[in-house]
Amino acid sequence: MLPRPFRVVATRRETHDTMTLELESLDGEGLSFAPGQFTMLQAFGVGEVPISISGDPAGPGRLVHTIRDVGGVTRALCRAREGDVLGVRGPYGRGWGVSDGAGGDVLVIAGGIGLAPLRAAVLEVAASRDRFGRVHVLHGARTEADVLFGDELVGWAAGSDIEVAIIVDRAATSWTGRVGLVTELLGGASFDAERTLALVCGPEVMMRFVAAGLVARGVPPDRVRLSLERNMRCGVGLCGHCQLREYLLCVDGPVLSLDAVRQQLGVREL
Amino acid sequence: MRSLQDLLAEHPFFAGLDESTVSMLVGCSVNVHYRAGEYLFHEGEPADRLFVVRRGRVALDVHAPGQPEMVVDTVDEGGVVGWSWLVPPYRWFFDARAVQEVSAVAVDATCLRAKCDEDPALGYALMQRVAGVMYHRLQSARVRLLDLYGAGRAG
Repeated sequence: MLPRPFRVVATRRETHDTMTLELESLDGEGLSFAPGQFTMLQAFGVGEVPISISGDPAGPGRLVHTIRDVGGVTRALCRAREGDVLGVRGPYGRGWGVSDGAGGDVLVIAGGIGLAPLRAAVLEVAASRDRFGRVHVLHGARTEADVLFGDELVGWAAGSDIEVAIIVDRAATSWTGRVGLVTELLGGASFDAERTLALVCGPEVMMRFVAAGLVARGVPPDRVRLSLERNMRCGVGLCGHCQLREYLLCVDGPVLSLDAVRQQLGVREL
Repeated sequence: MRSLQDLLAEHPFFAGLDESTVSMLVGCSVNVHYRAGEYLFHEGEPADRLFVVRRGRVALDVHAPGQPEMVVDTVDEGGVVGWSWLVPPYRWFFDARAVQEVSAVAVDATCLRAKCDEDPALGYALMQRVAGVMYHRLQSARVRLLDLYGAGRAG
């Protein structure tokens, strides 16, 4: 439960409110993780928050987190500079299970910062591309300025045989892409529904709509995986803050299949 | 060169209509093309056509004084632009601009409304299709109104 000290070795501004931090442990030991897992990332003297790992699972020597400034702790993390030391606990949680998509098609559907937890999954797919069929990355953002990993998205489309589609809620007239809801990108994606693994991350309302669209297209609910978020504190299944009825998301999730949580998502109090 | 009959018959908006019904619509239709940046129509102008997009992308823009123009929706090939021709006072509420080169079939609204009045079955079939477009656009607009990406998740 004690945080390991990690030094910030690189920072990169992704959007006006989102930063990527690259960290290396002070003890020299890397941090192996599965795509979809998270760490409890601590800004010493400020606080600790759960942040999904957005880095390459094939490169455990450098821990990468993409963080959006939504409060005091994340603001402190976003302001971290090279040389600063942060605390890391984890990795925790159940990941995407990317290998379950081998032999079939993969849909990666991300809303806003939701692309950060999915980036690691896309990198894992790209690293062994021939194990998968058609791969689509569908990304929705608020505006064109909020599109995450823009250059990388272009790179995936160009170099990794991955179909990338982007849509924004609204845009300036200089934007030549699509404007609308991320669910509208499903119509243009070609995939064999019954053999598709769909990985979805974003605001929960968005995930509900996307899940409904996927099921309507014939993707089995047990092949639709969502990364859920509740108020996480301990990260190790002790405090109960992240409970979603019978699930503790820090241990049983954050990635859960749609058929496991469909009922719970419909309950207002949860 | 393919006929208007063929172009309309294979467009998703008219899927399920029989050949004779599509033929009725051909009489109201004309092929149109727009270069990138050209406008199909402007806010306030008479809403006199339904645009059946065959190729390219159309943006629906809104302008407000002192603010940059915003794109509130886009329609790609397979979609349709415009339903203000259906509801009085038959005036466009947005600007429609070709983002890329656009090829479309423009169906004259006066002609279309007259044919629907003459043939209620055609009218019903068209209203079903327009209602479907409106349903999806309204859902999209409502969910985007929530500004879901505006707050919440940190990463």
